[in-house]
Amino acid sequence: MNIRSQISMVFHLDKCIGCHTCSVACKNIWTDRKGTEYMWWNNVETKPGTGFPTRWEDQEKYRGGWEKDGDSVRLKSTGKARIIPNIFHNPSLPSMDDYYEPWTYDYQNLFNAPAGDDQPTALPKSMVTGEYIDIESGPNWDDDLGGSSLYAKNDPNLESLTEEQKQQLFEIERLVLFYFPRICNHCLNPACVASCPSGALYKRGEDGIVLVDQERCRGWRSCVAACPYKKTYYNWTSGKSEKCILCFPRLETGQAPACFHSCVGRIRYLGVLLYDADKIEEMASKTDRELVNAQREMILDPFDPKVIEMAKANGIHEHTIQAAQESPVYKFVKVWKMALPPHIEYRTFPMLFYVPPMLPVISSLDGEARKNMAEGLFPEFDQARVPIEFLSSLFTAGDGEKMRYVLKKQMAVRTWRRAVTVGDISKETAEKMLIAADCTIAEAEGIYHLTSIATLEDRFVIPPAHREEAIEMMDDPLEYKQHAGFGFRDKPTRGL
Amino acid sequence: MSDNLKNKWIRDDVVPQQRQWEEFYRNRWQYDKIVRSTHGVNCTGSCTWNIHVKDGIVTWEMQGLDYPKLESTLPAYEPRGCQRGISYSWYLYSPLRVKYPYIRGTILDLWVEARKIYSDPVDAWKSMVEDSEKRKQWQTARGKGGFRRANWDTVLDIMAAANIYTIKKHGPDRITGFSPIPAMSMVSYAAGSRMLQLMGGVSLSFYDWYCDLPNASPETWGEQTDVNESADWYNAKMLAVMGSNLNMTRTPDCHFAAEARHNGTKMVVFSPDFNQVAKYADEWMSINAGQDGAWWMAVNHVLLKEFHHEQKVPYFINYSKQFTDLPMLVEIKKTDDSYYSGQLLRANRTSPYKNENNGEWKFLMWDSVTGAPKMPKGSVGHRWDTTQGKWNLELKDGIDDSPIDPALTFLEQNDSVVQVKFDDFGGDTTRTRGVPVKEVITNSGETVLIATVYDIMMAQYGVDRGLGGEYPKDYNDEELPYTPAWSEKYTGLSKDNLIKFAREWGSTALHTNGKCTIIIGAGINHWYHGNLMYRAGIHALMLCGCVGVNGGGLAHYVGQEKLAPGESWGAVAMAKDWYDGQRLQNAPSWHYVHTDQWRYEKEFTEYQPVPESSKNSKFAQGHTIDQQIKAVRNGWLPFYPQFNKNPLDLVKEAVSATGSTDEKDIKTYIVNQLKNRDLKFSVEDPDSEKNWPRVWYIWRGNALMSSAKGHEYFLDHYLGTHKNHIGDSSFAKESAKEVVWHDKVPQGKMDLVVDLNFRMDTSALYSDIVLPAATWYEKNDLNSTDMHSFIHPLSEAVPPVWETKSDWDIFKAISKRFSKLSETHFPETVRDVVSVPLQHDTPAEIAQPQMRDWITGEIEAIPGKTMPGLKIVNRDYKNLYNQYVSFGRGARDNGIGAHGTGYQIDDYYDKMLDTHPTVEWDGMKYPSLNKDKYVCNVILNLATVTNGELAYRSYKNMEKKVGLPLADLVEKNRDFRVSFDDLIAQPRRFVNSPMWSGLVTDGRAYSPFTYNTEKLVPWRTLTGRQHFYLDHPGYIEFGEHVPTYKPKPTSQQFSDLHFSTEETKTKMLNYLTPHGKWHIHSTYGDNHRMSTLSRGVEPLWMNDKDAVDIGVNDNDWVEVYNDNGVVVTRACVSARIPTGICIQYHSPERTLSVPKSPMRGNRRAGGHNSLTRTRLKPNLMVGGYGQFTYHFNYWGPVGNNRDTHILVRKLPELKW
Repeated sequence: MNIRSQISMVFHLDKCIGCHTCSVACKNIWTDRKGTEYMWWNNVETKPGTGFPTRWEDQEKYRGGWEKDGDSVRLKSTGKARIIPNIFHNPSLPSMDDYYEPWTYDYQNLFNAPAGDDQPTALPKSMVTGEYIDIESGPNWDDDLGGSSLYAKNDPNLESLTEEQKQQLFEIERLVLFYFPRICNHCLNPACVASCPSGALYKRGEDGIVLVDQERCRGWRSCVAACPYKKTYYNWTSGKSEKCILCFPRLETGQAPACFHSCVGRIRYLGVLLYDADKIEEMASKTDRELVNAQREMILDPFDPKVIEMAKANGIHEHTIQAAQESPVYKFVKVWKMALPPHIEYRTFPMLFYVPPMLPVISSLDGEARKNMAEGLFPEFDQARVPIEFLSSLFTAGDGEKMRYVLKKQMAVRTWRRAVTVGDISKETAEKMLIAADCTIAEAEGIYHLTSIATLEDRFVIPPAHREEAIEMMDDPLEYKQHAGFGFRDKPTRGL
Repeated sequence: MSDNLKNKWIRDDVVPQQRQWEEFYRNRWQYDKIVRSTHGVNCTGSCTWNIHVKDGIVTWEMQGLDYPKLESTLPAYEPRGCQRGISYSWYLYSPLRVKYPYIRGTILDLWVEARKIYSDPVDAWKSMVEDSEKRKQWQTARGKGGFRRANWDTVLDIMAAANIYTIKKHGPDRITGFSPIPAMSMVSYAAGSRMLQLMGGVSLSFYDWYCDLPNASPETWGEQTDVNESADWYNAKMLAVMGSNLNMTRTPDCHFAAEARHNGTKMVVFSPDFNQVAKYADEWMSINAGQDGAWWMAVNHVLLKEFHHEQKVPYFINYSKQFTDLPMLVEIKKTDDSYYSGQLLRANRTSPYKNENNGEWKFLMWDSVTGAPKMPKGSVGHRWDTTQGKWNLELKDGIDDSPIDPALTFLEQNDSVVQVKFDDFGGDTTRTRGVPVKEVITNSGETVLIATVYDIMMAQYGVDRGLGGEYPKDYNDEELPYTPAWSEKYTGLSKDNLIKFAREWGSTALHTNGKCTIIIGAGINHWYHGNLMYRAGIHALMLCGCVGVNGGGLAHYVGQEKLAPGESWGAVAMAKDWYDGQRLQNAPSWHYVHTDQWRYEKEFTEYQPVPESSKNSKFAQGHTIDQQIKAVRNGWLPFYPQFNKNPLDLVKEAVSATGSTDEKDIKTYIVNQLKNRDLKFSVEDPDSEKNWPRVWYIWRGNALMSSAKGHEYFLDHYLGTHKNHIGDSSFAKESAKEVVWHDKVPQGKMDLVVDLNFRMDTSALYSDIVLPAATWYEKNDLNSTDMHSFIHPLSEAVPPVWETKSDWDIFKAISKRFSKLSETHFPETVRDVVSVPLQHDTPAEIAQPQMRDWITGEIEAIPGKTMPGLKIVNRDYKNLYNQYVSFGRGARDNGIGAHGTGYQIDDYYDKMLDTHPTVEWDGMKYPSLNKDKYVCNVILNLATVTNGELAYRSYKNMEKKVGLPLADLVEKNRDFRVSFDDLIAQPRRFVNSPMWSGLVTDGRAYSPFTYNTEKLVPWRTLTGRQHFYLDHPGYIEFGEHVPTYKPKPTSQQFSDLHFSTEETKTKMLNYLTPHGKWHIHSTYGDNHRMSTLSRGVEPLWMNDKDAVDIGVNDNDWVEVYNDNGVVVTRACVSARIPTGICIQYHSPERTLSVPKSPMRGNRRAGGHNSLTRTRLKPNLMVGGYGQFTYHFNYWGPVGNNRDTHILVRKLPELKW
């Protein structure tokens, strides 16, 4: 057993309001420089939709992630051995068309336009070329089903649906949308790290954060191609790749990452998971349908004395183990089995998990009138507007049962709370629902608390970074205290 | 830690040397300080933000997380702040920032030229403005580029000169200011309004103009708006969300709804499109646009039938008896062939109460015990009685305190059943239904028939109780209103949905004693008949006892109207510390009249159905402009300019004519002049040059674009520049009778338009002078909202950049220059006469029970009773600046108050002379208002919500009126005080205050009217109860005395497409402009972040099939037009939008990426308000009658816009 700690995340999609505050929080701080304008380390997609970059889930095109290779796995496109022929031109890299051409406006024309015979206006112009442009795409172009027949209808996850189901999704009786916020998953088995010819990407030992070393990066962009989530980006000004850093300077000072901090839907949870790194290869090589369980199996019980002992032996700080015990992510992922990884079939073992949304009930036409199909107070999840197949395609490698398990549990918890707070449903009925959903009353109360009234401290359990110990490896912390910040700041230069 | 991984492809790095580069990102995260501020943008968010400053530059903002906690059973208020707020820092240093004063070259050149000739700036301005050719030059140049950077001195001179010239020539009531929603940055609002009110200028309202005012709230509760803070949604067990897209518009609050769901709350969303909040719903009701009223009417039918008539749920019945007007007695009148329900029976018409003071303003219930009518306490007559202490909701007789057990119905015990006529506007007919009545013999010996409001509601809602007449047989009756099957025809939703919903609603309320909440917003309120739709929803709440309980009620969120520290702010903002006599104008009327939009329509009955029986009505027939004139003449609504004479000259004239300087004589003279028609109201002849508004200050708002319903008419008739409307300005000629008709319509009424702004928005672009305003990160101010119960500071993270100034300092500078020039032009004080309408929360609420008009001789002309009140004000212009910076002694001597409360502050005032900075002039010392921070502290120090002792004092005063204990509500918080620095340290929660109707004791979530239900304080209505029945004679004439359904006006009736023709392939659609995702009104939408996350323009969302029909693909340019103007934008084609409607989210700027319109001669296309035109609903103009009494932003017609129709086509050619 090789126990490691990983800062991991849960996004509760039932609560996500699709506001993009997270995206802007991140952009303000990290990607507001020349060369990074088009990067959205955090973005929010509408589902169904094609996302950003467009149709990123289409691995036939982008060839990201891993594929099974006997008892092991191999990178789908850009293994180090295969990189040389493609090093200057990688056909599966997204192009500017797949992202968008960042633009601004000629705002100054409003001040400077000479007196004329009509009103001046501020025209859009490219931030790349400085020329006036027609805006044809953007980082959030299909937001809220905008252009649904071009975008939502081409969501790769719809491939798991029948033709009839697909058509219905765009009729009023079935129409639905939900939001899918995305950041780097800081995977256990990151394809980006494995793909880098320069060895510039690495996973931080202490917290699992995946970084691109801005000194070592030579801009090969293998990571861009390898990441199946398209969460590494090429900075066209510095000539290096960059990606979400999980706000490590904030985490190191006990603050949640900016996108977590700013999440007004309060959908985000962050905490430590302990896992057995020795099992990665074995687990990554399982069949698609086994992968969700495989990943859960790698995640270890932080209360297990043996795990604690092994973790300590591996240099994991006691505080981190404590944090793992209080981790809301552990509860959602491992104990309650309610949070699921996105596209586990890419085999990178993403460490960001999603609680799937409950969506409104379908309707039908009753003569001329539209009629909702709900029988009881709360609709059954099988009557929800989104087909189980769609959600399963996103989160369980197509396993509908695992998806039903989560939705059933959420509904049972709601029903239980209805019984407690209103009483028009009896507690006996609600308890039966809980049992059927593999849930106890205590668990239901736990789920309710963490979903509804969790405080900041409950949602974000950040292990102390013990920076003094990290600094001590290089420098005397007292001296560091005395000279920190003196000197000139330099941009990273081109590495190696 | 071992980096000895089995799978070698993963580099697991723990080597410190190799990780030194990580400093790169750590360095970015460093900053020098964080400062607390917020955004003043009328979003209702009021979120606390930490502004990060690095090297003296604002670099980014992050939400503050340190809100004090509410009850531990509620989710916390953190974080708050949305995608828009977090993008704000972009503006500060952006190329859109107004850094210096700007002025259009045309006017500057004329000014420089004039100043060469005239050393006095006032003479220079006179020479320009009185030369019609010159005036036209700068008017036609408006909005067409040619700005020049100016210096502050020049623009201050021009503004001060224009003010003085206008006052001398036309009167101060021709100087107007518009700034919306003070709560969002109340000191900045107060800056301009204080200057204007000291000057005698006019402040325009906003809440009604924005159509944020839900008229049903004053109709029902006598309250502008009072709503649950968002945390209280969590207490609701059934949430109906309609016309409010929580994700979009309540972004920081939305989580409470999601969290409530997981706590067992059912959530139902009503919207025509699959909108963003529909995603959360258990059920999305895909209701036809604008038909929400039909839904709730039928819900009430089911609730009344099943839960009242059949089950008689005790909680609902008892609630109805004590807290609503349902047991009140209404006179059933007989006409030739039928009966109709008339006004409430007045107490003094029955012998026991014959001699009651204010007896015609006190009302009756039928006491089941004694079997006779009894007069309960708590009516408006008790409120304004000479004897105090009987204004409460105890079910006791107003004379002898005997208990009353009111009968809700005469179903079992009646004298007869009469067939009463009810209007069925949907069916364009009337329905006769049996109503049980009793007979009462009045003082005069007359026998009158009376019915309870309850029985009238049963009849109107169509609950068949075996009384005969046209009652529907069952829920499946499609013909007779208001059954579930009837509703289906309008809503498009199955009756089964409705019945199920109504049962779940009633059952939830029954199990929880009223924990059902409607969250409602602009999507409903912006329809012409918004008041009726709201009222129907409110009835579903009141019938189930949901109002005045936590987790229940009408949560209306449209506009950040809640200015929590209202009493002290009001004194500062309206200069009440110096003068009594403010000019506060309801903007809807003002714009409707002055922009000449009234000229473009005919009789309102073309689109507003009124009862057949009102065909000879003087009120419910004719042209809106005539009813507007009537409303002003009778004192129901304000109007400025007041008269066709300069009010300063009028006082002089009165003095010289009467030889008396006595106020009474002056007023008598003016009344006589009005009576003999030598003096006219300006509103009677708005197109005469004498009656034009002349100077307009705009700040904190986008008055020319995002709020300008009928924007193109603004450009035409206010500004005199280019326009894209093609309407006919003589449309009203035949139908408008009372107004003076001019064949030639005026263009360019405004001499000078000034805009304070931090960005170059549409209003700035079209103004003559643009003043560089400090942003929300560069000034000190206060912000409050109804979404939560905290008060927030805006504060100076960096000093105002470049040449910008805070609004407070800008108006201070204008005042100073004005006072300086006044030393020459107004060396002495001047006397001004101010006309004011009949005011809510004053005895004018009992002005007259009928609508008798003095002009016809039906009633005597009495100022403040049957016509506007008159106040004489002595203005001291050369000291206006001194007054501006000094908190005047008027507040000390007269006390302050709001919402009908009041208290003395003399001790606090005197103490401030020692503890607060002061100013001295003319031998007197005053608390200083010289700096924005001082103003914040004066407000906080003297308001009840932030000063527990003053709250206590105000409750004590209220106890006298009510006769019941109240001060216990704040007893333990008497030492609560808040200063500006305290707010910087941490947001603070209010304490209980009699100014507000919700109680917040011990972290309890604010829910409105809990004060009323728990402490038995009456609502500020006619009966003191919540009103189902609106017995105002005007409402009876409009058929809106009972809840009803009126069909939404068709495109033909609304006549927006009279001259517009179908060119190539076009589609007619209902044009909806709900609040959007990438902007708050027009702010943020033009910044880099939000434009990038959207589509670079505000597109027109339309259905995919509609788009195919006219050959439009996603992202194609489209031309959207009607008679009012044209918009050119991109199409966003989506199955999420139903056919027949389109959405352009409120509110794009016409400054950003707007092409030209081939349809309108290749002139630049406009913004969303280019397609709208104002239409006022006349019954919302009534006044002087209980809750129907004017108050600024409380009452009056609203600027609705939802019923607009447009034609859309693919843009034939893209031209920039």
